[in-house]
Amino acid sequence: MDELIFEQSVPGRCGVAFPPCDAPERPLEQLVPSAALRQQPPRLPEVAEFDVIRHYTRLSQRNFAVDTHFYPLGSCTMKYNPKLNDRIAAWSRFAWLHPSQPASQTQGLLQMLYELEQLLCGITGMAAFTLQPAAGAQGELTGLKIIRAYHRAKRQSRPVILIPDSAHGTNPASAALSGFRVVELASGPDGLIDLGELKRHLSNEVAALMLTNPNTLGLFERNISAITHLCHEYGALVYLDGANMNALLGIVKPAEMGVDLLQLNLHKTFSTPHGGGGPGAGPVGVIAALADFLPVPRVRKVGARFRWDARGRRSIGRVHAFYGNVGVLLRAYVYIRTLGREGLERTSRAAIINANYLKAKFSRLVPIPFGDHCLHEFVASLKPLKASGVTAWDVAKRLLDYGYYAPTVYFPLVVEEAVMVEPTETESKSTLDAFVEAMARIVEEAREHPEWLKLAPQRLPTHRVDEVKAAREPNLRWQPDAKSPAFHDAPSLRA
Amino acid sequence: MQIPAELRYTKTHEWAKVAPSEVIVGITAHAQEELRDVVYVELPPAGKILKQGEPAAVVESVKAAFDIYAPMSGTVVRANTELSKSPQLVNADCYGAGWFFALTPSQPSEAEALLAADAYTKLITAAAH
Amino acid sequence: MDYVPNTEQQLTEMLQAIGAQSFEELLSTIPAEARSRGLDVPSGLSELEVLALCESLAAGNRSVRELASFAGFGAYQHFIPTAVDAIASRGEWLTPYTPYQAEASQGTLQMMYEFQTMVSELLQMDVANASLYDGASGFAEAGVLALRLGGRTRLLVSETVHPHYREVLATYLSGFSCTVQTIPQTNGVTDLEALAAAAKDDVAAVMMQQPNVFGCLEPMEQAGELAHRIGALFVANVYPVSLGLLQPPGAYGADIAVAEGRCLGSPLTAGGPGLGLFATSQELLRRMPGRLTGCTVDHAGQRAFTLTLQTREQHIRREKATSNVCTNAGWLCLRATVFLSLLGPAGLRRMAELSLQKAHELQRRMLDEGFEPAFDQPFFNEWTMRWPRTARDGRLLRKLERAGIVSGVAMAPWYPMLDREAVWCATELTTREQMDRLCEAVHTHG
Repeated sequence: MDELIFEQSVPGRCGVAFPPCDAPERPLEQLVPSAALRQQPPRLPEVAEFDVIRHYTRLSQRNFAVDTHFYPLGSCTMKYNPKLNDRIAAWSRFAWLHPSQPASQTQGLLQMLYELEQLLCGITGMAAFTLQPAAGAQGELTGLKIIRAYHRAKRQSRPVILIPDSAHGTNPASAALSGFRVVELASGPDGLIDLGELKRHLSNEVAALMLTNPNTLGLFERNISAITHLCHEYGALVYLDGANMNALLGIVKPAEMGVDLLQLNLHKTFSTPHGGGGPGAGPVGVIAALADFLPVPRVRKVGARFRWDARGRRSIGRVHAFYGNVGVLLRAYVYIRTLGREGLERTSRAAIINANYLKAKFSRLVPIPFGDHCLHEFVASLKPLKASGVTAWDVAKRLLDYGYYAPTVYFPLVVEEAVMVEPTETESKSTLDAFVEAMARIVEEAREHPEWLKLAPQRLPTHRVDEVKAAREPNLRWQPDAKSPAFHDAPSLRA
Repeated sequence: MQIPAELRYTKTHEWAKVAPSEVIVGITAHAQEELRDVVYVELPPAGKILKQGEPAAVVESVKAAFDIYAPMSGTVVRANTELSKSPQLVNADCYGAGWFFALTPSQPSEAEALLAADAYTKLITAAAH
Repeated sequence: MDYVPNTEQQLTEMLQAIGAQSFEELLSTIPAEARSRGLDVPSGLSELEVLALCESLAAGNRSVRELASFAGFGAYQHFIPTAVDAIASRGEWLTPYTPYQAEASQGTLQMMYEFQTMVSELLQMDVANASLYDGASGFAEAGVLALRLGGRTRLLVSETVHPHYREVLATYLSGFSCTVQTIPQTNGVTDLEALAAAAKDDVAAVMMQQPNVFGCLEPMEQAGELAHRIGALFVANVYPVSLGLLQPPGAYGADIAVAEGRCLGSPLTAGGPGLGLFATSQELLRRMPGRLTGCTVDHAGQRAFTLTLQTREQHIRREKATSNVCTNAGWLCLRATVFLSLLGPAGLRRMAELSLQKAHELQRRMLDEGFEPAFDQPFFNEWTMRWPRTARDGRLLRKLERAGIVSGVAMAPWYPMLDREAVWCATELTTREQMDRLCEAVHTHG
C-alpha cells in the first residue's frame, strides 16, 4: 500500500516558489488585527514537486477508469470521454474567464451557452433550458422547485410527488428536499408502471409524477402516452429523470411523449468525464408553459449579440452561484457538435444493440427477470448463485480480478441480487465477447469454487476491503503520529 | 433461533421486556440476522416521549438502515450508550447486552396487543415460506 | 464523426446474434406515437472543423490572463502550478466514477482521504466530506442541515454573505416551513446588535462569511458566541486561500464550515465547476451531506480505503437521506489535493501574504487617485471603494474596459445604497504593471 502524502512530509520541503513581491511589504499586524491571524499553520504535507508527481501518478494506477478498463456500471453511462472536449475546455479563453466580466468580453461563451440550450431543445423537444444545475440531482431539485412554483402560481397546494419504486434514490431525496411528500408506486409484474396503481394514487394533491424512461430496468414505459395523459387530467405535471437519455437520441423526444420537464446528465449521455465522482452538469428543460419559472440569469440573444438577463418575476431564483458548470457544458457542446444529428442517432442505436447483444449472451448464464428486448441497459438476477452461497457482491469482486469494473449491484431494488449492466456504444464487440466469457467462467466458479469468489479480488494489490470496520470505527482523516517529526513544533504564525 | 418466552414482540421485530414501571426494548435475533453486521445505532435521548408504533431509534448495517419502532407509548428513561462504542453487541447478544432503550409506559394496557413468543415464532416462520 | 467502434457490418452481425431481424425490432416496446422524426441538430463535424468552430467562439472572449482583472466577488484567480494539470489530465483520474468498488478505486479513495484531511486541517474542523458541487450549494446544505436537526425554524443570515449564496439558500429552502432573516450590516460588517436582538431560541443557525462580500473582516468570534448562547449552530463560509494567514473557522467555534475551493488549483471557467468544501464538528458527522471516505483494512490486513457511512446517502436512505447529492466535484478534489501538497503550509501562507500585500498596496494607490473607502474595516485581499467623482457618467468605466481592465464588481444590483461602490480584488497574480495601468487610466481621466 502506498504511503499517504502526509507520511512523506519533510519539514522545509516545498513544491512551489513565488516571485519576490513587487509591492512594498508592510508588517502584517499593521494590516490585520492580530486576533484575526491564524495561530497554528494547517498541517499540510511538506513535499517536493517530484514527490507529488510520483505519488499521484502511482495512485492513479490504483484506479480502474474508462480509459483503462471496461466499466459497465449500469445507470452511469460510462462511455468514452473524447479528448477533444478536454483540450478545448482547457483553452485560456474559456478556462480563464471571470464570471463578472462584462458580456462584451464573453460573447463566445454566451454564444456557446445559448447554442447549447438550442441543441438540447433540438434533442428533447423541450421549449427552453437552464444550464445552471451542477449535476443530475441538482437538476431534479430545480425541476421540483419549478413544479412547486407552477402550482403556487395557479394557487394550488399539491404536496405529493409520485415516484415508482424502481427510481434512482436521488428522486425521493430531491422531492423530500423540496418539501414534498413522496408516495411510492409499486411496479407492475412486467417491471413497468402499473396504470391501476397510478390511478389509485392520482388526485388533486399530486404535484407531479417523477418518471425514469427508459426505467432503471432498461425498459421503455410502453404506456407512456396513457401515463402522461392521466397525470395531466388530474392537473399533475410529468417530470422525466433524463439520466437514461443515451437510449433515446433520435428515437424519442421526451416533449412529444407528454413530458413537461426533465433533467439531462451531461456527464452520462453527453460524454463529459466523471472525474472520480464529478463534476457533472444537469441542465433542466421545460415546456413553454414552464419557461418563466426557470432559474435566472438566462442568456438572451438580441440581434447578433448575447447578454445575461437577471430578470424573472416568476423565476424560482438561482441554483448556482454563477451560470452553472461551464467547463462541463462546453465539453458537452463540443461533443454534440462533433457527433451532430447522425452521430447522436448512431450512438443510441449502437448503445441499444450493444446492450441487447450482452443481454442475449448473459441470458444463457443467469436469469433476466424483465423484458424481451431492453434499451441501453439490462438487469440480471444472480439469485440462483445463492445456492452455493455466492452473492452479487462476490461476483462483482471477482469481475475485478478479471480486469473489469463491476456493474451496478443491488439496484434497482425490485430485482433480487440485481446486476445492472450498461455497456454503452463506445465498447467494441470483441470487448463485449471477452466480458461475457469472463462472466461465464465466474458463474462456473461460483458452482465449483465458491470460495474463490468469496475471497475475491485476489489479483489486485488491495484485497476485499473491510467495510464493517470502516463503518464501526470511522477514520475519516489522517492524524499525525505523536512520534512523527514531520509535524512537530510547528512555528506560530503570529509575529 | 432464540425467541425467549418471557418477552413480548412486534410485527416489526422489536422485543419488549414488560414490567409495570419500565419496558426494555431491543431487536430480535431474526432482525439482527437479517441486518448482518450492525455498524451503528441511533438511540432516543432520555426524556423523549414516544407513541406506540412511532420510529424511536435507527439501526444500520453497511448498506442498509432501518427504523426501530416504539412497541409501547411512554417516556424514554435511559438508552444503552454501550451501543455507540460497540454496535456489534446487537449481533452478539441481542436480548441482553444489545438492548436499545428503556421507557416508562404511559399506557400499560398496550402490552396486551404485543405478540407472545409463539405468535412471533409463527410470524417469522410464515414469512420464510 | 462519432465514437462507435463497431462497424455497420458488426452491428448487423450482433443483431443476428440477438435474434432480431432489424434494429427496429429492438424498439418494438416503444409505441408508434412516441417515436420521433429525428433530432433538430446540425450535422456532425470532423475534429478539425470543431477546432475551427471553437476557435471562432474563443475569439469572442477575452481571458483575464490577457487583461488586468481586479474582479473577485467569490471567484478568485490564483496561480496553478504546472504539476496540477500534469496529474489532473491523466485518464485514470478523469474517467472513473464514484469509487463504489473500493478495491479497483484505491487511487481515488486514498486521494479523497488525503483531501478530507487537508480540508479538515485548513478549516481546523473535525471532519470534512469528499466535496459538494460548489460553495453556494454547500452553504445551502448547511442551512438545510441546521433546520433538519429539528425543533428550530429560523436562520439568521448576514447581509454580508455573498448575495448569490443567499439566493441559492433561498431557492433550496423554498419548500421548507422556515424563516430566513437577514441581519443588516453596519460599516461593512454584520451589525452585532441587530444579530443579538434577533437571536432567539427558535434560531437553528447563524450564517456568516469571512472575509465578507465587501472584503471586510467580520467579528466571527463574537458572532459565534452569540449563536452558541442560544443553542444555534454557527456556520462560516470562508475563502480557502485566506486561511494561509487568517484564523480558520474551527478557531472561532464554527459548527459547520463551507468554502468555495475552486481557488485551490482549478481555473475560473466563468465560475463553474466549483468545489464545495464542507466540514463539521464531530457531533454533526452523521448529519453530513455528501460522500465520505474512510480508512480501514483489507482482508490481508493492509491499510485500505472505502466509501463509508453511506446510510446517510440517497442511494440507501432515499427520502430520509441527509441530502439528495450524488455526483460531487471529484476531479476538483484531486486538483486541490495536488495543489495543497505542492504549496504546503509555507506556500499557502506566501500566496496569502502576497495577495494581502498587493491588495493593500493597490488600495492605497487608489485612494491617491480619488477613490474613497466605503468602510473603515480591516480586509484581506478584497475591499470596497466608492468611484471618484469624475467617474459618474460611466465614461471612465468604458475607458477602463477599452484599456483591458476588468474593474471591481459593482455592488448596486444587490445593495442599492451602495450605488457608487465596487469591490476590488488583488491576488499574488496582480502585478505592479497592472496597478500602474489602472491608476494611469483613472489619473488621466478628466
